Amino acid sequence: MTGMLETNVPSYPFGNDGLDPLLPHFAENGDGVGQVRLPTGQLAFLFTRHDHIRELLRSPDFSSDFTRPGFPLIRPLAEDMPRPDGSLIRMDPPEHTKFRRLLTPEFMIKNMRPLEPLIRQTVVDAIERLRAAGQPADLVEHFALPVPSMVICHLLGVPYADHDYFQECSRTLLAWKTPPEQARAAIEDLRAYLAGLVDKRMREPGDDLISRLATERLATGELTVDELVGLSTLLLIAGHETTSNMLGLSTMVLLQHPDQLRQLRERPELVDDTVEELLRYLTIVRTGLTRVAVNDTVVGGHALKAGDGVIALLSAANRDSDVFREGEEFDLHRGSHQHMAFGFGIHQCIGQPLARAELRIALGELFTRLPALALAVDPADVEYRDAVVFGVQRLPVTW
Amino acid sequence: MTDGLRVVVDRDACCGSGNCVRTAPEVFDQDDAEGLVVLRQPEPPERLHGAVREAAYNCPAGAIEVVEQRPGGAA
Repeated sequence: MTGMLETNVPSYPFGNDGLDPLLPHFAENGDGVGQVRLPTGQLAFLFTRHDHIRELLRSPDFSSDFTRPGFPLIRPLAEDMPRPDGSLIRMDPPEHTKFRRLLTPEFMIKNMRPLEPLIRQTVVDAIERLRAAGQPADLVEHFALPVPSMVICHLLGVPYADHDYFQECSRTLLAWKTPPEQARAAIEDLRAYLAGLVDKRMREPGDDLISRLATERLATGELTVDELVGLSTLLLIAGHETTSNMLGLSTMVLLQHPDQLRQLRERPELVDDTVEELLRYLTIVRTGLTRVAVNDTVVGGHALKAGDGVIALLSAANRDSDVFREGEEFDLHRGSHQHMAFGFGIHQCIGQPLARAELRIALGELFTRLPALALAVDPADVEYRDAVVFGVQRLPVTW
Repeated sequence: MTDGLRVVVDRDACCGSGNCVRTAPEVFDQDDAEGLVVLRQPEPPERLHGAVREAAYNCPAGAIEVVEQRPGGAA
């Protein structure tokens, strides 16, 4: 591994060129592990096999804290980037454990069920607005973006009326082309917006997540205001960007597989398996998960030293032929229970019950209520987002 | 005779992803306070063994252990 010629080292991240993720040469030839060069010039080890990534993401020998030496940054950071208080995806145990347990009950399956009528109504209303927009209309603008945004706003207690503002900040933050200084400004704007909201909810609490944390966890000292602001920022971004991209891409994939779409329409009970297969096939966190080794350790037989940066390429693991036969094919009958689209390890997506409920309800209603739904654009001309999270920029449709 | 199966969960390791509850709701639950795994039946019947093994494999935190038992009680 260390003897590799520098000229063979691919640059990373690979970019978003289409539905099939771009994979390094060593994903298919060799043992699935190789070095990549990051935008900062640093080298990191990229893991692509399902079994290796399971082992890596469960291992206590790696840290998620990007301020640690050797951490593999996939985009350059502004020099005076503030430490992200409360951003639990960048924390390690035992600090991470404490924060995660404050939030877990909020997203449990049994606590998502009472939310389903609200999700369904949000979806139905969005379909009506899409119809009212006239054909062809952009499914992203009228459906894929507003539905998850409205739902996460309801859950967090963020006024949806502010959606233009926070969606714009979030888009700027996640776009590859955004220079580091501007990305820092976007995250500071979002935090300032949420700081204002937290302050308001401390005085006038409602029946929502931010109000509950503000009234129950600040006084006890379990959270500081800065940490609550950080947590809220993370949940607002993660809660609308990911599901939104999944909805746009999922619609496109299903429309491109008319036989399978017909089966789904005839047998609505297939929707759960369909959602799992879409999650596997699309794996929208295309850039993978970054970690730094904090001890000398071994993953999949590969020795790593403390300070080595590693990247777990989830999109490659989710097409690993040892686990998913003909993994490059979309097959809703696959029963893809072993996919890692939500990540793996203690940081696995906390909102996955919400994401699954939204995808199941939104796709079910969309294809039932619009039986003639069709792409109004050649699939080859669909423009993908130039962003950290994979998605379509626009999806013109008719019905 | 079929082999038995015993489930052991580690609440300290649990990260509350809820995968086990989705996969085998008759065997696993989550508590209301912290969302951590609660074992509903440590020795589930054979019809649930497949789901329990899948839940253990898919547990992101590795907090579920499945102990295969031979007839007669020897582990």
